[in-house]
Amino acid sequence: MNTKKKINQAIAFNIFRLISLSVVAILVLILGFIVYHGFSAISWEFLTAMPDEGMTRGGIYPAIIGTLCLIAGSMVFAFPIGVLSGIYVNEYLKESWWKRFLRSMTDNLGGIPSIVFGLFGMALFVNTLGFGDSIIAGSLTLGLMVLPVIIRTTEEALKAVDNSFRLGSYALGATKLQTIAKVVLPIAFPNIITGLILSISRVSGETAPILFTGATYFLGQLPKGIFDQFMALPYHLYVLTTSGTNVEESRPMAYGTALVLIMIVLVVNLLANALRKYFGKQVKMK
Amino acid sequence: MTDLKIETRDLDLFYGDFQALKKINFLAHENTVTAFIGPSGCGKSTLLRVFNRMNDLIDNVKISGKAYVDGKNIYKKDIDIDELRKKVGMVFQKPNPFPKSIFENVAYGLRVNGISNKTYITDKVEDSIKKAALWDEVKDKLKKSAFELSGGQQQRLCIARTLAIEPSIILMDEPASALDPISTAKVEDLIYELKANYTIVIVTHNMQQAGRVSDHTAFFYLGELVEYDETKRIFTNPKDIRTQNYVTGRFG
Repeated sequence: MNTKKKINQAIAFNIFRLISLSVVAILVLILGFIVYHGFSAISWEFLTAMPDEGMTRGGIYPAIIGTLCLIAGSMVFAFPIGVLSGIYVNEYLKESWWKRFLRSMTDNLGGIPSIVFGLFGMALFVNTLGFGDSIIAGSLTLGLMVLPVIIRTTEEALKAVDNSFRLGSYALGATKLQTIAKVVLPIAFPNIITGLILSISRVSGETAPILFTGATYFLGQLPKGIFDQFMALPYHLYVLTTSGTNVEESRPMAYGTALVLIMIVLVVNLLANALRKYFGKQVKMK
Repeated sequence: MTDLKIETRDLDLFYGDFQALKKINFLAHENTVTAFIGPSGCGKSTLLRVFNRMNDLIDNVKISGKAYVDGKNIYKKDIDIDELRKKVGMVFQKPNPFPKSIFENVAYGLRVNGISNKTYITDKVEDSIKKAALWDEVKDKLKKSAFELSGGQQQRLCIARTLAIEPSIILMDEPASALDPISTAKVEDLIYELKANYTIVIVTHNMQQAGRVSDHTAFFYLGELVEYDETKRIFTNPKDIRTQNYVTGRFG
């Protein structure tokens, strides 16, 4: 009996271990594959030059700049709105049908396929508001797409703040606004940054929402302002892989683009993590 | 007789359909310590939270009857609740310092009440921590996180934080129940010292504690204020059989 128990334990443990290891293996495989194929394409010229000769020569500079613009633009728009909505839902609303309604609307918004956001962005920002195919239309569309992520992580971060901190603050004569601004938000902020990180990863990788809102196949020069069209890494990758003038010859550039995209996401995540640590230190928990 | 600080008249309190307090008539005079005792769920903490309107933060609370602090009806529409809470400070069961420095924990109450004069804040923080008998232990590490302190020190920091906003009444909800015996003794000594300048109401499950620190004791049972008298009388010669059973440990 005892040995049978032990064997069962060992089998279960090894199954769990194997499965979690296979997840790591897949990740390593993908990264390794991209690095292996893309590394040779990376050069100073590749990072800083305009595309040339039907995308078989030159670099991806405008796509890098485009993606960075989209990240910045969408976050400037979505982060404050998302955080403020999250605060409203978690701190101000009592349990009611209205709160449940808002919650389910947020979740539904998050469930809409990204291509639908693209279509909506085209209708609203490009056409109705007259922004045209532009960085701002693409940023706003991407921002809308990640709003639910930011709202939800903000809510969860606020929910995790122990209520005794709020009570302690009220008991000292603090108003609700003071309590939220000076006690609750600083404690929750490191976790709110998690929402920012997730959003940035999504924004930099999505192709569908920018397809109809301003991403372009090729730019001879950098966009001059937020109302200009832009190139972006994920879309550039798609173009290089499927519809260049010479797909075979631009294949290394496609891998290089994928590598750069992954590196940008990684660097931005590291930065956001440092930010998280910084705010975590500001609230002296330990 | 000194001034009347707290008074309730025929106070009923409901959580939804559940009546937590029944026709409570209570009063406390200036510079006295009153202990609330009674089994769990008897309404003693609920009544405590009436005096600084902390119950407002719970959904579905309904109150009828009257409650006065310094002769003012605190459930009148035009009452400024934040002002009331400045006058009626509160110390909680579990020490709940903010995740800020020791200094900022005490300065917080001053800052949210619009005080920005640096020297005033520095002096007030020192003064309050001294009054809370914590100064010698923390004077060299005011910039350190309050979470580095022991539970007992944290609780005295919370008392210091309350003293800083100069309340005249301090409500304490089982302030020593999460502390070890030595820390408990320190908090009790502190309560005894504070009595000279503050009106204190303390909820406690510890009968000896009630006996040691309080002038008056109120015994609650099932939402009723069963008996309220001098502490000595409650413990030696209670009138009600339920009080007698409780203080002698026969139930609760």
